[in-house]
Amino acid sequence: MNAVKPTRDWYPFVGPFDPCPPKYVKTYYVPPNQFIPYQPMNLPQFSLADALRYGTLWPALYGPYESKCSPRGSETGG
Amino acid sequence: MWIYEKKLQYPVRVSKCDPRVARYLVEQYGGADGELSAALRYLNQRYSIPDKVVGLLTDIGTEEFAHLEMIATMIYKLTKDATPRQMEEAGLGDHYVIHDNALFYQNASGVPWTAAYIQAKGDPLADLYEDIAAEEKARATYQWIIDMTDDVDLQDGLKFLREREIVHAMRFKEAVEMIKADRETKKVF
Repeated sequence: MNAVKPTRDWYPFVGPFDPCPPKYVKTYYVPPNQFIPYQPMNLPQFSLADALRYGTLWPALYGPYESKCSPRGSETGG
Repeated sequence: MWIYEKKLQYPVRVSKCDPRVARYLVEQYGGADGELSAALRYLNQRYSIPDKVVGLLTDIGTEEFAHLEMIATMIYKLTKDATPRQMEEAGLGDHYVIHDNALFYQNASGVPWTAAYIQAKGDPLADLYEDIAAEEKARATYQWIIDMTDDVDLQDGLKFLREREIVHAMRFKEAVEMIKADRETKKVF
């Protein structure tokens, strides 16, 4: 389950002759659908207004994503 | 048969004049894992898949057209007032020469849409696993497009579309479970 965070980290090999400054940690996203084989009946629901905004009626399926592009245009994260 | 509702599935707001992003959004318009591919893939697979999942393909295929309409609206808003010079600066000079400010079914690199992007194998599991993969690829594409813009209003619409990909993948996974089950078989012990 995504009990703590919805992303996973891994640590790619960093060679001694890499031309660019290395990224030591790479991260990928694991959506909540990966932990539900078949959705059970009567799960909690968002209010209809929230459901429209989030794109799903089900908190169990809600997996938000934030842009890595900050308002000033500089990159964050990796 | 379809009934058309003359409004978008989710409101599309674009608050920054940034035709550059239109070029990236085209990937979800006429790209391999874009909304056009998704809609045509699902609506075509319906005919040769077990009855119990036909309705799911109809519903999701229809929703993909609603998503296509949202993407088209975003691209249109970003490019409709752009001058030839602005189009060129956004990397859309070749697009302008061929299409003026019109939309076209092509990917972010300008490759026109092709039916080779989609498959109908006639095998329910093969088709459904393709559909799951397509949804996850589209989700990833939305993430990378969200990373390319700092327009929070545009991000808002894209985040909605991305969440729908997660829900669709969930439903296709459930369809796989339904296909695997053999509840109708008479078992003699």
